[in-house]
Formats: sequence, C-alpha cells, structure tokens
Amino acid sequence: MKTLHYFLAVAFLMISCQQNNNSKVKKDLPSNSIFQLSSEWQNQDGKTVHLKDLQGKTLVVVMIYTTCKTACPVLVSKMQLIESKISRQDIKDVSMVLVSIDPETDTPEFLKDFAIKNNMDAPQWVFLRSNEAATQEFANVLSMKYKKISPMDFSHSNIISIFNPQGQLIMQDEGLEIDVDKIVNTVHGVLKG
Amino acid sequence: MKRTWISIVVIILVISLIACNKTQDDIMPVQEQNSPESIHSTQINTKMVYIPGGEYRPFYSADSNDVFVAPFLMDERPVTNQEFLEFVKANPQWRRSNVKRIYADSSYLKYWQGDLKLPQEALPDAPVTYIPWFAAKAFAESVGKRLPTLDEWEFLAMADQDTSNARTKKQYSDDIINLYLEKDRQYKAVKQSGPNYWGVYNMFDLIWEWTDDFNSVLIKSDSRVGEDDKGLFCAAGGATTAADILNYAAYMRFALRASIKANYNIANLGFRCAKDTIISPSQNQEL
Repeated sequence: MKTLHYFLAVAFLMISCQQNNNSKVKKDLPSNSIFQLSSEWQNQDGKTVHLKDLQGKTLVVVMIYTTCKTACPVLVSKMQLIESKISRQDIKDVSMVLVSIDPETDTPEFLKDFAIKNNMDAPQWVFLRSNEAATQEFANVLSMKYKKISPMDFSHSNIISIFNPQGQLIMQDEGLEIDVDKIVNTVHGVLKG
Repeated sequence: MKRTWISIVVIILVISLIACNKTQDDIMPVQEQNSPESIHSTQINTKMVYIPGGEYRPFYSADSNDVFVAPFLMDERPVTNQEFLEFVKANPQWRRSNVKRIYADSSYLKYWQGDLKLPQEALPDAPVTYIPWFAAKAFAESVGKRLPTLDEWEFLAMADQDTSNARTKKQYSDDIINLYLEKDRQYKAVKQSGPNYWGVYNMFDLIWEWTDDFNSVLIKSDSRVGEDDKGLFCAAGGATTAADILNYAAYMRFALRASIKANYNIANLGFRCAKDTIISPSQNQEL
C-alpha cells in the first residue's frame, strides 16, 4: 500500500511536470524557426495572433493578395488542391496558411469574405494580415520578392512553403507550375515524422 | 496514517505547482527578448545629408515610369565596424553567438574575432560587412533611423562628383565598375575618398549596400507576366533608356539585389541608414 502511494505521488509529480517539458519545448524553439518572429497578425476572424500560435501543426504557407486577378487565383487553387489531397484524418494536424501582401486592402472582413466565397472556411484554413513592416519581414523570411506597382496591384514571386510543427522550413516550390503531389508527399512525410 | 498520506500528496502537489509556475516565469524573458521593444538604442550620431529628392527614372522599371522620391536624410557614409560593435554591446541578441538563424546564416560577422572583438584585417572605421538585412534593420532602429529605400539609394547613386545626374556620361559607369572590381576594398576606412555632388561618401568604392526593399527586384514569377524566367535583360531592356544600357554598374546592383536573401551575409555587403525629413534645405546647414 505504501509503495502504491509512493508510486502515485511520483506519477503525479511527473504528470504535473509534463507541463514543464511542454513549456521547455516552447523555450527551446529552433533558432531558425519562423515562430521566433514576434510580429502580431490578425486572422480572418479579426483575432490577434502570433506566428507561434501556429506551432504544433505542419504548415503550408503562401503569400497572396485577394484582389489579385492573375497569379494569385492559380496559387489559391493550388492550395485548395493540396488541401484536398491530404487525408481527412491528417488534415487536423495541418494548417493551410495564406498571408496577405496587401494588408491595407485585405482587412479581416475582406479575408473572411474571400475564405467563404472560395470554400476555404474550415478550421485548417488560416488567413493572416499584419502591418507593412511585419509583412515585409515575413516575406523576407520566405525569400519572397514583391513590389507594389499600382495602388491595387503587386508583382510578386509565387512560392509555396512547408514548415514542420517547430516552424522550420522543410521545402519551397516556386513558380506557377508548382508540383502539388510533391508538396502533398512532403506534408505526409512531415506528418509521419 | 491516511491523513499523513493525504498531506504528503498535497505537499507534493503544491511543490509541483510551484515548480511548474517557475518554468512559466522562465519563459517570460524569452518572450520579452522576442518582442520588437528589445532593440536598445545606441548612441551613434553619424552626420546625415539632406537630399531633396525629385523625379527619377528607375534603372529597372516594368512600367518605364518616372518615380518621385520625397526629400530624405541619408547617412554621409556607411555604418562602420566600430559602430556595429556599439550596437551589439547594447543588443546581446545580435551578437554573433546569440543571433537567431532565422535572421542570419552562419557567416554572420564571420570576420570578427569574437562576439565583441573587431576583425583583424579590417579597420574599425571600415564599413561593417557580413551583415544580414535583418541586422541592418535592427541597427537602424536602434539609432532612430531606417534603411534607405531602393529608389532613394539609386536616386543618390545617379550623382558623380560634379552633377546630381551623371547617368548619361559613359565615364560615370566605367568609373564605378572599376571601383567594384577592386579586391578587399571593404577593409578600408570610410571617408578616405571624395564626396559626391550631394556631399555623400563611399556610395561605390568600399561596399555594396542593403536597401529596405531590396526584395522588390523581381527577375521571375512576376504576377503580371505569369510565367518564370522572363529575364532581367528582357524587362530592363524594354524599360530603360539607351543611356541606361550603358549603366552596367546599376545593372550589377540590381542583379545582386535580385539574387540575395535577407539572411545572407556577404564579405562586401554592408549598409547605411536614412531618415524621413520635413526639414527644408535652408534649415539643413547644421545637419
């Protein structure tokens, strides 16, 4: 009986410190993790979030602007295709992240509207916008080139990036001929660990 | 007996809660360190020069439109090793051994002899190099300035010693190319060569320089072009004037900007700072 009590007490201590270990993971974020960025963002629900709130899921990330008529619709449909090829079992461990390069136009309401119209309002879809400085910083983390060429139009590179749950870049594919199957395979690879 | 055990369990519970709490506290400084406020100011007062700005034709412009550059202040010379040392003293997170890989690749300040030890081969008054864009931004913030925009930098780069726009002179580009070709030029002290028309030093002779929006130079994947590999040659050829075809030095700068990433550290890539201004030239005498 006494042994059982000891055992329970020690087990309890270990369980309560499990929390410690989790926190420690947070503290020991890899130095090259995008969760190191401290910038503030708003999601499509108008909620203020930090990138590290995305920690723990495999991320498929693209930067776009919703009023774009040329390349972005292609990128968005690629994202939809990638999402549809991930099993429903696995999708809960994945976030499909669309980051706006036009924060002025892409308000949370605008993004929400875009999400609903494009059937991208399930929980795995995350739309983010911030201020110009944070957008520029994030673009540079992704090695993404972009330039405002008129009040409503941007030139930009077309890149889809995959990050592991610790926020480390696993792969990038650039151009409009993005290989969807390769990305889906990579995502499944990260999910399997 | 039962009570004793209950109290022991309660004590363990309390201890473990305290232990866990402590870890929570430990996390706090990390968050603070991550916040933008963590850039501590550095007292460095590099002389700035008033640049009136104006219309200018970008070398590489998809629209071939003139761009208006608003008046701005520019550091008269690049940031030096000694100044960057002051910055990393005040901002330990930017020391070589502490810097986060997301901001700087492993070549960060690699010619320095240590976290706080200046390089052997370069003078303290030589421009700091092996600097990523992120660190240049942080430095600028710490001195209450910003990085110049690409258009501001190139506007200033049009000047030679005698005129504000020397782009039509063939000699202008040839002279710059000769400067670019010189080896280990980044080890020399700033302000040893003459100023340009505006009174700004070392635009070309020592280093290449970061600009705030260096990543606005697109060679491929233009959203409007919609396909890859429309080369700089095509776009620039279609967009620039005949005079600028001679401006091979500018072409080299744009090619460099298009090929680098913000966490790169390069032996002869440094930076200088700029600032917005509302001061007119007449009030500028003492700047």
